[in-house]
Amino acid sequence: MNQLIISAATEGGAAANPLVPNLWEMFVVLVGFALLMFIVVKFVVPMFEKTFAERAEAIEGGIAKAEKAQAEASAALEEYKQQLTDARAEANRIREEARAEGAQILADLKEKAAAESARITAQAHTQIESERQAAVVALRSEVGTLATTLAGRIVGEALDDDQRAARVVDRFLAELESQNAGAAK
Amino acid sequence: MHLPAILPWGAADGFSKQMLLVLLSVVIIATFFVLAARKQQLVPGKLQFAGEMAYGFVRNSIAKDIIGGKDFMKYVPLLFSLFFFILVNNIYGAIPLFQLPTFSHVGGAYVLAGIVYVTWIAIGIKKNGIRYFKLATVPSGVPFYILPIVVPIEIISNFVVRPVTHSLRLFATMLAGHLIVMIAGYGIEFLVMQENILLQGTSVLVLAGAIAMYMLEALIMVLQAYVFTLLTAIYIEGALHADSH
Repeated sequence: MNQLIISAATEGGAAANPLVPNLWEMFVVLVGFALLMFIVVKFVVPMFEKTFAERAEAIEGGIAKAEKAQAEASAALEEYKQQLTDARAEANRIREEARAEGAQILADLKEKAAAESARITAQAHTQIESERQAAVVALRSEVGTLATTLAGRIVGEALDDDQRAARVVDRFLAELESQNAGAAK
Repeated sequence: MHLPAILPWGAADGFSKQMLLVLLSVVIIATFFVLAARKQQLVPGKLQFAGEMAYGFVRNSIAKDIIGGKDFMKYVPLLFSLFFFILVNNIYGAIPLFQLPTFSHVGGAYVLAGIVYVTWIAIGIKKNGIRYFKLATVPSGVPFYILPIVVPIEIISNFVVRPVTHSLRLFATMLAGHLIVMIAGYGIEFLVMQENILLQGTSVLVLAGAIAMYMLEALIMVLQAYVFTLLTAIYIEGALHADSH
C-alpha cells in the first residue's frame, strides 16, 4: 500500500500540483477548440439553420395553401347555394305560370265546349222542327188522301174530285185543330 | 495520476494521450454533426434527427431560453461548440481504455473559461461602451453609503472569482471523479492481494461502490458540460443586458 502511494506521488514529479497547467495541453485545447468553432460556424450551424428555415417555410406554406383552398371551397359553396336559391325561385315561377296557363286553357276549353254544345242543341232543335214540319205536311196530305179514299169508298166515287176533297179534309182538320186548341186551353 | 500513455514520449512535455483525445474529440464532433446536417431533408432520417435534437437542445434550451431576443443566434455556435467539446472530452473518462476525462488536466479548463471570460467582457463593452464596467460593478438602487462595500465585492465576484470558479468547477469535478474511480481500483487491487480470505471478500463491497461511483461520475460528466455552457450563456446575457440588471 505504501509503495503504491509513493509511486503515485512520484509519478507526477515536479508538476504534481494539479492547478499548474501544462502549456502544451493548453495550446492543443486552444487549437482543437478553434478548429471545432471554425467547422461549427462554417458548416454545422448554417446547415441546421437552413434545414429549420426550410421546414418552417414548408409548414407555413402548407398552412397558407390549406387556408386558401378552404376559402375557395367556401366561396364555391356560397355560389352553389345562391344558384340553388335562384333555381328554386325560377322553378316556383315556372310552376305558377304553368298553373295559370292551365287554368286559362281549361276555362277556354269549357267555354268552347259549352258553345259547341249550345250550337249542337240549337241545330238539333232546328232539324227536329223542320222534320216535324215535313212530317206534318206529309201526314196532312197522306192522311187526307187516305181519308178521302176511304170516304170515297164508303160514299161512292163522288169525292174523287181533288179540289173538293182537299177542301173537305182541310175543313175537318181545322175543326180538329180548333178542338185541340180549345182542349189545350 | 496518468494512466499509461498511448505513446512512449507522452510525459509532461511531450505529445500526451490527453492531447490526442482532445484532437480526436474535434474529429468525432465535426464528423457526426456534418454528416447529420448534410442531408438537409425536410423529413429527417435517424442520423439527421439525432443531430437536430442535439443541436436544437443547445440552440433552444440554452441559447434561446437564456439569451433570448433576436440576437441569440450569434452566440449559438460558441455555446454549441463548448457543450459538445466538453461533453465528449468528459465522457472519455467513462469509456474503458480511454478512461481519461480531458479536463482533469487543468489547462484545458483554463483555456475554455478564458475564452468565455474574454467573450462576455468584449460583448459587454461592445454593447454598452466603457460604461459597461460601471454597470457591471455598481448595482442600481443601492444606497450610496453601502457602495464602498458593494462595489469591491462586485468587482471581485464578477471579474476575478467568476472565471476561476468557471474553470475550476469543471476541472475539479473531472479530477475528483477520475481519482475516486482510480482509488476504488487501487483499493480493490489492494484488498484482493491480502492473504486473509475474509478481507479479500470485502473487495466485492468496494467493487459495488466503484460501480456506483462510476455511474455518478458519468452523470456528472454530462451535467458539468451543461453547467459550463449554461453559465456561459448567463454571463453573455448579463453582458448584453447590463443596463437592466
